[in-house]
Amino acid sequence: MKKEHEHKAKKYGMVIDLDKCTGCGACMVACMAENNVPFRADETDKLLSITWMRVYKLTNAMPFPKTEICYLPRPCMHCEGSHGHSPCVSVCPATATDYSEATGIVSQIYTRCFGCRYCMAACPYHARYFNWWDPVWPEGMEKYLSPNVSPRMRGIVEKCSFCFHRYQLAMEKAHYEGRHGLEEDEYQTSCTQACPAGAITFGDLNNPHHAVYKLKKSENAFRLLERLGTNPKVYYTSSRKWVRQAGDNYLRDEKDNVIDKSKFRN
Amino acid sequence: MSTSEEKTKEVSANADSDSGGAIILFFIIGFVASLIAGWIIFPKLLYCQKKQPIDFNHVLHMEEVDDGCESCHFFREDGTYAGVPKLEQCVGCHEEAVGEDPEEVKFVNEYVAKEREVPWLIYSKQPDCVFFSHAAHVKTAGMDCVTCHGPIGESTSLKVYEENWITGYSRDIWGQNMSGLKEHAWDRMKMDDCAECHVKNNVKQTSVQTKKGACFVCHK
Repeated sequence: MKKEHEHKAKKYGMVIDLDKCTGCGACMVACMAENNVPFRADETDKLLSITWMRVYKLTNAMPFPKTEICYLPRPCMHCEGSHGHSPCVSVCPATATDYSEATGIVSQIYTRCFGCRYCMAACPYHARYFNWWDPVWPEGMEKYLSPNVSPRMRGIVEKCSFCFHRYQLAMEKAHYEGRHGLEEDEYQTSCTQACPAGAITFGDLNNPHHAVYKLKKSENAFRLLERLGTNPKVYYTSSRKWVRQAGDNYLRDEKDNVIDKSKFRN
Repeated sequence: MSTSEEKTKEVSANADSDSGGAIILFFIIGFVASLIAGWIIFPKLLYCQKKQPIDFNHVLHMEEVDDGCESCHFFREDGTYAGVPKLEQCVGCHEEAVGEDPEEVKFVNEYVAKEREVPWLIYSKQPDCVFFSHAAHVKTAGMDCVTCHGPIGESTSLKVYEENWITGYSRDIWGQNMSGLKEHAWDRMKMDDCAECHVKNNVKQTSVQTKKGACFVCHK
């Protein structure tokens, strides 16, 4: 049984338990350190910040004492769309962003991108960021950059890659040992490992032996803006109904209805 | 009168064909000159010639080691490739000069005695956006070192390292042959050549955009 799945196309994805997320931001820090993400001396203007992983704060907008808060970490959703035609991949005129059928990961090739930002306009999740400047690290910090991730230059777009370099390195080890597939724990993203609450689970959504396979089927699971048909590979779970509803837009008269999820899943 | 008229006509006709020939000749000279400039002179100017710090003799070492290339160029336990050996490996034999070769004496005095790493110029060092897995090619695909690197093990001295003035990259990551007519893999090693070989060897073509190889196979 296991052998079969080793050769089947993989579809890497995430399930994030919003009931566990405390909003500490460890995933954001881990992501920036892992992926050589540049930052500025003054990060107050969030429109100019680059955050591959970004924690948003949601509120139910009820008056005290009914006020509730939920933190929502948002990586790239690695949308599958229909047959890999995610919004950003479909519009890229340079083939700088691409969808791989082998891993289900949306790639971004920095040397190919010429910075038209069409993909940023197409992405409904604000997961893509533009480099308005060349990256500048505080003196000495460039020595701590990861050699496994290519740094980006001014004028191009970047986004979360599900730490794809970790997949490459894990596969390299597998090749060396004569294996063709990876174990679940061999390829994990940086944010998954950094989360102190264990809110993020990462794995192959197609593999029944991986934890995400079961978690994504939870009745509390939802995806962001599911009705757009982007078919994202990042799932969220929450036991709170208002949180689940915050994941999509509703007309006033359908607010209490449950949307038919089966329509948007494949 | 009529004969002189005919004469002038002949002369002018001759002059016409002469200037036509000159134009064609001028064009040919210019064409050949630009070809020479573009294919021979410019590529020479584009690369600066650098010598390796030590002239290494592969043949001499191949006679001494048991395990061929892998004696010095080996895989680490995590599957990554060590590439050019570090001083630590050389010191195993070269604590002191073994022979009388001036290059070896220089190596021992300059680097081993002073415990400095040799600043080897790496012919095949890729730009940082490239991910290349030796394990995938050597272990899984079962390729020889010679297939891509050529018969370097049979060389008695290291060739000149050509560095691109503009990019700072080695010429060998693209290969010597610009025309694309290649006999050996190492004649031309551009991205298209990688892709071509992947297609030939049935590597899965998983890109949704192009139906060719996905970017995140060789890029990072």
